[in-house]
Amino acid sequence: MTELTKLTLAEARARLAAREITASELTQAYLAAIEAANPAINAYVAVTADRALEMARRSDERLARGEGGALEGIPLGIKDLFATEGVHTQACSHILDGFKPPYESTVTANLWADGAVMLGKLNMDEFAMGSSNETSYYGNVVNPWRREGSTEALVPGGSSGGSAAAVAAWLCAGATATDTGGSIRQPAALTGTVGMKPTYGRCSRWGVVAFASSLDQAGPITRTLRDNAIMMRSMASVDARDTTSVDLPVPDYEAAIGRSVKGLKIGIPAEYRIDGLPAEIAALWQQGIDWLKAAGAEIVEISLPHTKYALPAYYIVAPAEASSNLARYDGVRYGLRVPGEDIADMYENTRAAGFGSEVKRRILIGTYVLSAGYYDAYYLRAQKVRTLIKRDFDEAFNAGVDAILTPATPDAAFAPGAFSGDPVQMYLNDVFTVTVNMAGLPGLAVPAGLNSAGLPLGLQLIGRPFGEETLYTIGNVIEEAAGRFEPGKWW
Amino acid sequence: MSVDIDTVKRVAHLARVKVTDEEAGRMTGELNTILAFVEQLDEVNVDGVEPMTSVVHQQMKKRADVVSDGGYPEKVVANAPASDDNFFMVPKVVE
Repeated sequence: MTELTKLTLAEARARLAAREITASELTQAYLAAIEAANPAINAYVAVTADRALEMARRSDERLARGEGGALEGIPLGIKDLFATEGVHTQACSHILDGFKPPYESTVTANLWADGAVMLGKLNMDEFAMGSSNETSYYGNVVNPWRREGSTEALVPGGSSGGSAAAVAAWLCAGATATDTGGSIRQPAALTGTVGMKPTYGRCSRWGVVAFASSLDQAGPITRTLRDNAIMMRSMASVDARDTTSVDLPVPDYEAAIGRSVKGLKIGIPAEYRIDGLPAEIAALWQQGIDWLKAAGAEIVEISLPHTKYALPAYYIVAPAEASSNLARYDGVRYGLRVPGEDIADMYENTRAAGFGSEVKRRILIGTYVLSAGYYDAYYLRAQKVRTLIKRDFDEAFNAGVDAILTPATPDAAFAPGAFSGDPVQMYLNDVFTVTVNMAGLPGLAVPAGLNSAGLPLGLQLIGRPFGEETLYTIGNVIEEAAGRFEPGKWW
Repeated sequence: MSVDIDTVKRVAHLARVKVTDEEAGRMTGELNTILAFVEQLDEVNVDGVEPMTSVVHQQMKKRADVVSDGGYPEKVVANAPASDDNFFMVPKVVE
């Protein structure tokens, strides 16, 4: 039974369609794996076993009739940020205690319409604010990867740490995730999994708990590139309920895998060679360049001069939007309520008890930069810098660059507490990923190697707007050259 | 620019988050670290640059101005900490 969980999503799909295995068997295997592993990994904050088995039973009926959808019978984990009807949806925050939405997010509704099975809700940084999954109300997620010969716990990255850890530890066939500044790609890189942050507007944000609305995008984390393309096609849609959902047909991403990269122009941005970049990361980056060159791609040096300003601009724009979005948690309509002397006191008590310290920090920064007298100096300036960051990318793409290759993260997985006490050091984890959100572009993290301690490292591919297919084509070259990476099972 | 503890307390009140003196003290340091970090944006020449309002070039979607959803107040209040007869219950706000 346990071997079933080792199947890739594509393999499981083929065996389900051929009726060699049943969705019920596969779901039971994953539920057993979760029960055994979750005390150690803490990837799931809610397991929906009964619902999963019921969904699997219906999948088996459809498969028997030959009516299976694109993800028929595939067991998935869902980040706690997605509204799932009648099921735990709290963005891993105390302030949403007991919240069970009476509606379903568009992305998850798309997955269920294609036949997928929900195993449960996945741990994450509170309101997706964090890069290590240490800010969840439900405790830290533990990375399935450890340094060779060590039993020290490492973080899985964040904010989609539960999604990445569950996929890497074979606790789901694939997982939904979201990315505001790197929250899909950084945890994917730190766990040896594949993570796609699509173009802003490709996946509906309807029913996804909002963090920073102009940056948030949903995407999949999976064990292989093909699995990722399969899931991406189901997650993406055109949605009238999200005004930023773009009216473009969803392509068959899987068909892009295996196309030639011959003649594609890959940009290497000089500004990503930051001070203090570990030699192993620099070597990995060069390795990626060599692989793509060998496959026939043309490598060109490019310049993205405003790169260094992306992170500081992000730490104005994202908290500003968050402070506005999180104003809704007031103890009136849902979640936690802590009584007070009057209504304002109740608001203040509820929000003091309900939000964790990282969330409070960002709400205060956001409130400050939007407050009278500071708006122009901070927020307006940051939005202008954002225009310049996007212009850098536009110029590279206008010069014929098809995609950009960079490291995914500045280093491998680290120990919990490594950056406690200095929020800015933690924020620097997103230095390579945050530019992509600021410009609304697609970004793909692909596992590319291991460091000297045996921990996975990833490369990032950045595409033109709605250039996800090109990223899957190029990512396949990296995956084929690098191979796949699995943690040694210790849990 | 940097903030002092009184500013932090004032901003916390604007954001409706109660903070203790000890918390406000700690947050003052953290906020100043972040503000010092974002100060590098002052180096950028933004003369004549339009602020970003949307990363995707698309006409704003419009729909007919008609009721397209609703009619289920019991679902709307289902998650409320306190409700009565499909109204949200809050502490008395008018004397």
